[in-house]
Amino acid sequence: MSKDIRIKKGLNINLIGEAEKSLSKAVESNVYAINLLDFHGITPKMLVKQGAEVKAGEPLFFNKNVEDMLFVSPVSGELIEVERGARRRILTLKILADKNQESIEHAPVAPSANAEDIKALLLKSGCWPFIKQRPYDMVANPERTPKAIFISAYVTSPLAADLEYSLKGKEKEIQAALTALGKLTPGKVHVSIGKGTQSLFSGMEGVELHNVSGPHPAGLVGTQINKIDPVNKGEVVWTIAPQDLVVIGELLLTGKYNPERVVALVGSSVKAPKYYTTKIGAEVSTFLYASGVNTDNFRVINGDVLTGSKTQPDGHLGFYNNTVSVIPEGDDYELFGWNKPVFDKISATRSLTFSWLQPNKKYDLDTNTNGEHRNFVFTGFYEKVFPLDIYPMQLLKACMVQDLDEMEQLGLYEVAPEDFSLTEFICVSKQPHQQIIREGLDLLYKEIG
Amino acid sequence: MSLKNNLHQLKEKYKGKKMAPAFNALHTFLYSPNETTHSGSHIRVVDDLKRNMNTVIMSLIPVLLFGIFNAGYQHYAAVDAAKGIAREASLFGNFITWENFIMGAWTVLPLVIVSYGVGLTIEFIFAVIKGHEVEEGYLVTGMLVPLIVPIDTPLWMLAVAVVFGVVIGKEIFGGTGMNILNPALTIRAFLFFAYPTWMSGDKVWVHQAVDLAGGPDAISGETVLGYLAQGRGAEMSYSVADMFFGFIPGSVGETSTLLILLGGLFLLFTKIASWRIMLSAVIGSLVMGLIFNGVVAAGWIPEYSTFYGLMSFAYWKHLIVGGLAFGIVYMATDPVTGSQTNRGKWIYGFLIGFISVLIRVFNPAYPEGVFLAILLMNVFAPTIDHYVVKGNINKRLKRAKNAMVLPTDGEGKAEELKAETV
Repeated sequence: MSKDIRIKKGLNINLIGEAEKSLSKAVESNVYAINLLDFHGITPKMLVKQGAEVKAGEPLFFNKNVEDMLFVSPVSGELIEVERGARRRILTLKILADKNQESIEHAPVAPSANAEDIKALLLKSGCWPFIKQRPYDMVANPERTPKAIFISAYVTSPLAADLEYSLKGKEKEIQAALTALGKLTPGKVHVSIGKGTQSLFSGMEGVELHNVSGPHPAGLVGTQINKIDPVNKGEVVWTIAPQDLVVIGELLLTGKYNPERVVALVGSSVKAPKYYTTKIGAEVSTFLYASGVNTDNFRVINGDVLTGSKTQPDGHLGFYNNTVSVIPEGDDYELFGWNKPVFDKISATRSLTFSWLQPNKKYDLDTNTNGEHRNFVFTGFYEKVFPLDIYPMQLLKACMVQDLDEMEQLGLYEVAPEDFSLTEFICVSKQPHQQIIREGLDLLYKEIG
Repeated sequence: MSLKNNLHQLKEKYKGKKMAPAFNALHTFLYSPNETTHSGSHIRVVDDLKRNMNTVIMSLIPVLLFGIFNAGYQHYAAVDAAKGIAREASLFGNFITWENFIMGAWTVLPLVIVSYGVGLTIEFIFAVIKGHEVEEGYLVTGMLVPLIVPIDTPLWMLAVAVVFGVVIGKEIFGGTGMNILNPALTIRAFLFFAYPTWMSGDKVWVHQAVDLAGGPDAISGETVLGYLAQGRGAEMSYSVADMFFGFIPGSVGETSTLLILLGGLFLLFTKIASWRIMLSAVIGSLVMGLIFNGVVAAGWIPEYSTFYGLMSFAYWKHLIVGGLAFGIVYMATDPVTGSQTNRGKWIYGFLIGFISVLIRVFNPAYPEGVFLAILLMNVFAPTIDHYVVKGNINKRLKRAKNAMVLPTDGEGKAEELKAETV
């Protein structure tokens, strides 16, 4: 059974540097890192000390709020560094990989087992953090039961990895994960695929399939939740990215935590954008320089260009990411950049900007803000690219003035920062929308939780 | 290249200093800044506030040029009229002439210079005091102000009004984006209420009419609305074409409906202005005009009534005389002071058109209601938005109420997994 969802509002951002459909194995990384900033809403407590030897899948730390929730090492090796930030907050854990990889083995659990067994395995194996929850867009709280689980297999983000290509051959694992997830909710497991496309998800059992069409952000899971079954106050839904289903599925079938994944290396600064097989936490340079870069001044982004986080070539692949984008830094001035006619950049208006003439042209955008930060001035722009039934600017303003009642009433429970990535992209006033929403969610969690 | 580097050095040198915003304001006019994104969206659209404001200014330039020629033309036409010579306006015959241009430029450009000079000085002072960047809002305001005042407005009055409008109308609220009232209209309203004799009557719309009043060369030029309000519509010699093309007396930039229409279409094409506000304002004014025409047709109002002149004025002609078109295109569409929700924009625009014509007809002392109507709706825009947003909130509450259905207890799975609700 499947249902159609048609999104009209939005904007597809076509960029140069799409990954070519060819897969290589990335060089083994020497050092792997777990970036704790990837896991929002958890308080880490270390289980092993610096210098300890760990196996792949062995717990490194746990979540103080939910003590069963373990976070594990992607490889076996030595914990060589615990990087701390302000107030001794743990930022990064670095593991020097051994030559011989050994991993912890759990007893496999059948996907059709009961919810408690599945949950226990996911928690102790380090797979639980793949499940995120709304409200608050953070690692799901296993003590709450979600009313539904949402998975978006429709990709509209600029340059994001093609799931059909990167997940090919993993049907068995995905099906196992979907079946298991179905046990964790009394509601449905909603999977969205592109309308009219052949998807490896179309044959999956035990899910509610949705055919989505339309421009970005139609592929964002938040858009789909809003159209399928919006989050009400007091309710919880879970979301999981398709690439993470593979890890969960393999765990269920084999008992091993295997952090291997196919990553798309994309962006206009990459000489040969393509796909690499690597592991979570691997150093980006292990595959970045295999493809080569065509400039000295570039930015490496864990994730896609709209929602990813800034990193360095010697940074590490994020926990949730299956795309690494590399685009030119835009730290240069431009003569009369504010009034000359512009043909080579995307614009949401036609004020001497001509991107509307060629909607399918691929652009080479850099990280320049193209203007300075201002108060909100223009109205009605965000609504054109924001398909959720929410007033975007009003919600942003409610977050900025920290009005908890308004934040709640205007629908902050339903959104994640990524839902505001497109409004941030087109913002004339160059406001940091995602940051505003993130801070709003954190405040709401702290005050109301 | 070296200029770019030198300016960069200077910028670094001034960083954190008091004068940094002033320097940056000038710097960013030459070069768009080297700022990069840090988090969230790593790429951004090319549009910024400067570009969009610049687009509005571009759409105003034809109106300003026309206003310059018309200032000269109306002066010489009034001089001729005083001598008893009637003039027929012709674009290339007696309108676009050096004589008109020089006379017009000599009177209009000082208004522009004072408006920008005083306004931007205040903007710079506030930016330096408050330590934020100089915002672009005044670029448009400064252009609008000279276009909506009578031609001979003394420059000191204009300066005082600009100070009032920028400080009280905008800066005390927190600058561009935070103001409740349209700054240009605040300036206009200040002029109107502080110096009423200079802002209305039949002497202020034509250059030198005030200076020459009472003398042997006395000239005058009543606006179309002025004639109608006084019930002297029959004396008026302007044709519909004159009104549409703008060969009539009035505030500097408001007369040419044609160029305002083109400017409006340009703003809609560039997606800068809201078509919802423009369209609904036009509809609102037509509706009110039709109501008044209907009242006249029904014979409810005698011909000697003060209101008869304007009430019987054909409903569509309201759009081509006075400042209605200018107000709808350039003032009502101000995104900061207008309604911010799409549904709210329909209501907001409609009421602006509706109330403009209402005030016109019922205020014969000063038959121009547009700026008052827009200021009034500026005040009510947040209220309109409040109710529109309230609709969304209620929808969400209703949904939450309906959704709270607990799975029935005792049914195997449901008992095991009770969906949590508060």
